[in-house]
Amino acid sequence: MEWIHYAVSNFDVLIARTIEHIVLVGIAVGIATLTGVPIGIAITKNEKMAKTVLYIASIIVTIPSIALFGIMIPILSIVGHGIGYVPAVIAVLLYSQLPIIRNTYTAINNVDPALREAARGIGMSQNQRLQKVEIPLAVPVIMAGVRTAVVLNIGVMAIAAYIGAGGLGTFISRGISQSDPRQLILGAIAVSLLAIIVDYALLYLQKRLTPKGMEQVPACN
Amino acid sequence: MIRLDNLTKVFDTPKGAVVAADHINMEVPTGEICILLGPSGCGKTTTLKMINRIVRPTSGKVFIDDEDTSSLDTQTLRRNIGYVIQQIGLFPNMTIEENITIVPKLLGWDKAKYKERARELMRMIALEPDAFLKRYPSELSGGQQQRIGVARALAADPPVMLMDEPFGAIDPINRAVIQDEFLKMQQELKKTIMFVSHDIDEAIKMGDRIAIFRDGHLVQYATPDTLLAAPKDSFVESFLGEDRALKRLNLINVREVVSTNFETVSPRDSLESALQTLDKCGYQHAIVMVNEERQPVGIIPRAVAQVSKGSCHDYAQKVPAVVNVNDDLRKAVSLMLAHDITWLPCVDDEGRLCGHITQRAMTHHLGARFRTQQATAELADPMAEE
Amino acid sequence: MPIQSLKGVFRVLLLVAIFVAGAWSYATGVIEEFIFYLPDIQFLTMEHLWLTAISGSLAILVAIPLGILLSRPSMARWAESGMQVLNIGTTIPTLAVLALSMSLLGIGVVPAVFALFVATLLPITRNTYTGLKGVSPALKEAASGIGMSPAQRLIRVELPNALYVIFAGIRTALAINVGTVPLAFLIGAGGLGELIFTGIDLYNPLMMLAGAIPTAMLAIMVDALIASIAFLVVPRGVNPARRAAHA
Repeated sequence: MEWIHYAVSNFDVLIARTIEHIVLVGIAVGIATLTGVPIGIAITKNEKMAKTVLYIASIIVTIPSIALFGIMIPILSIVGHGIGYVPAVIAVLLYSQLPIIRNTYTAINNVDPALREAARGIGMSQNQRLQKVEIPLAVPVIMAGVRTAVVLNIGVMAIAAYIGAGGLGTFISRGISQSDPRQLILGAIAVSLLAIIVDYALLYLQKRLTPKGMEQVPACN
Repeated sequence: MIRLDNLTKVFDTPKGAVVAADHINMEVPTGEICILLGPSGCGKTTTLKMINRIVRPTSGKVFIDDEDTSSLDTQTLRRNIGYVIQQIGLFPNMTIEENITIVPKLLGWDKAKYKERARELMRMIALEPDAFLKRYPSELSGGQQQRIGVARALAADPPVMLMDEPFGAIDPINRAVIQDEFLKMQQELKKTIMFVSHDIDEAIKMGDRIAIFRDGHLVQYATPDTLLAAPKDSFVESFLGEDRALKRLNLINVREVVSTNFETVSPRDSLESALQTLDKCGYQHAIVMVNEERQPVGIIPRAVAQVSKGSCHDYAQKVPAVVNVNDDLRKAVSLMLAHDITWLPCVDDEGRLCGHITQRAMTHHLGARFRTQQATAELADPMAEE
Repeated sequence: MPIQSLKGVFRVLLLVAIFVAGAWSYATGVIEEFIFYLPDIQFLTMEHLWLTAISGSLAILVAIPLGILLSRPSMARWAESGMQVLNIGTTIPTLAVLALSMSLLGIGVVPAVFALFVATLLPITRNTYTGLKGVSPALKEAASGIGMSPAQRLIRVELPNALYVIFAGIRTALAINVGTVPLAFLIGAGGLGELIFTGIDLYNPLMMLAGAIPTAMLAIMVDALIASIAFLVVPRGVNPARRAAHA
């Protein structure tokens, strides 16, 4: 239990790295939501386009994060940002696209055709339908996608410590390179707890955002 | 034959014991269809499912062909009972052929035999074997799927079949077609069938006997006609509906009511002799004219015969309607109502006249059952008069 | 229409880009340097695949029976809490799993395989369980009703109908596995991660690429492989992919 003493004596570092971790993932997933949701909505209009976009996004997710870093660093070093948080944030951005686009797309596509017809029947325009019916109904599912993205990328951000992005992964990388089990265990436990807590917090938020009367949200992992 | 002997099921629920079936005693003779009928939660499905032990009986016994089934192991028992459920339950991972042949396979038939059996069954349910055997259930319509469900239950030729609202999920038009097909098959196959339904009309149509359940009790077990004519209590009466006498029309053939003792005229007869026959027999409205094959070709109304002179051939009017002796009374009544008449000529399958049926005869026939019932009730309970 | 012409433009642009990249890399001698790493890539790829194969197949062998066990009615009392634990387990980042495994078992192949095994195990178990639980009660009743034993019911009805979901789990799990293998180098188990991490440490872009490109390609290939196995193995009647293809 040495790692607990270590944690207590380095509490300020722990807090700083946790915040760093949260901020980096938060900003990246935030930007990803701003791009992913409109893309998800746009591709509902064209099935072929949807297939292509989802296919590309799923291939990107398949690429291991460290390999993505390894490919991005040489490219980004051309503009002078090879090492640091930039490639990490870009990677998180890319990885977040699939869950967010996919969930937006399926949520809007799965809106009951009867509801859509009812909305048309009472004289809503296409935009009104999107704003008043389709998006509100899709919000919980989109939230589920955001949650998947956040949890996934807390892990990616931990690995990004190796390319100098900071965050809780730094404990692990130092723990390994310095053969220091205290840092190693602290890093592993802190990043795991962060993922679990954020997952539950977002689940709570997702439930809060679900309109009453449609409690069942299809899980899209 | 299926015999239930004090069959009882008690469910232990958090709210206490619930008796779903309370000492059910009944017997279904070989080759008959018995419909278990009642409102939801009355114990009919529980009773059915105790027979193949999907629900394990709390006490009581089930005999099939006089054999106590409690001596059989569950799988052997079930493989020898055909089972059809409302959700159909075709295995979506298997082709139609694999679905149909699964029980024969479980029973260890050889390949050539069960393959041939699959084709035979497909022909029986009127689906083209080559077109359907290699397909998957998801590629079939609901009605086709339920036919396959029945075929699967029949595959190993079990003497007994259990059917749990088998046609409940099918639209009304297809349901009627499948019911008719099934009855036709049953005429040849003569299976002993227990059949759960909540639809009184289906029960009357399909059942040789009907068992009415309420709150886990068997209230009345009788033939459809007896049930409709003599419901045992007010529950059965209200369950059957206020038009239960009308429902009996479905159950009685014209043959049972037809009066064969009547006169006709031929086209060569004169209107005078026709009028004489009318008077002699006391026919109020008209007399039927037949040709040499005894097919009805026209009618001579009394009014025409009274005021005109000549041969029947020249003054005959069109026959408004005829009814086949094999039709049920419902059709006869419908024709009478449609043509505003009180009697109908009856013909056989070759179109030959073989009698006539009157509204009076029908009401008398239907009423006879009610009168006998009242008479027996009075005899049994002489105090009722005083 | 506009999409069709866009596609053409993209294709031309892609070809031009590949040509330019090829010409540039030849001119600057990148290709020659890359060839320098070929023996390393070959050797490390084999190590990489071996780690995936051993940990992946162990995980499948354990996870499917475990999922089946949890889905049995007799286990119902434990199943839900078991799934809670699995769900929490899957949220733990793989680097943390690896680090914990190292702090328990030390350095080398064994802790790496163990960590990979654990990370792969959870999604497969979870999907096996949910897949089996998702088989409709009517199907199970029909299977019992026609006289199948519990084992026959499991093999002939429940597993085939859950197979699509189980394969989805295997696919997710192996993607996680392949994505984690490069990190195994950190605890001394080799694999293509060696080139990437050493490349990062030495800030040698070519070395990074020599590790990263094969790693990415391996991941995509393994994913495609599992997808095509699922396509072929899952019966047509319960295979959404194949139903679409036949419709």
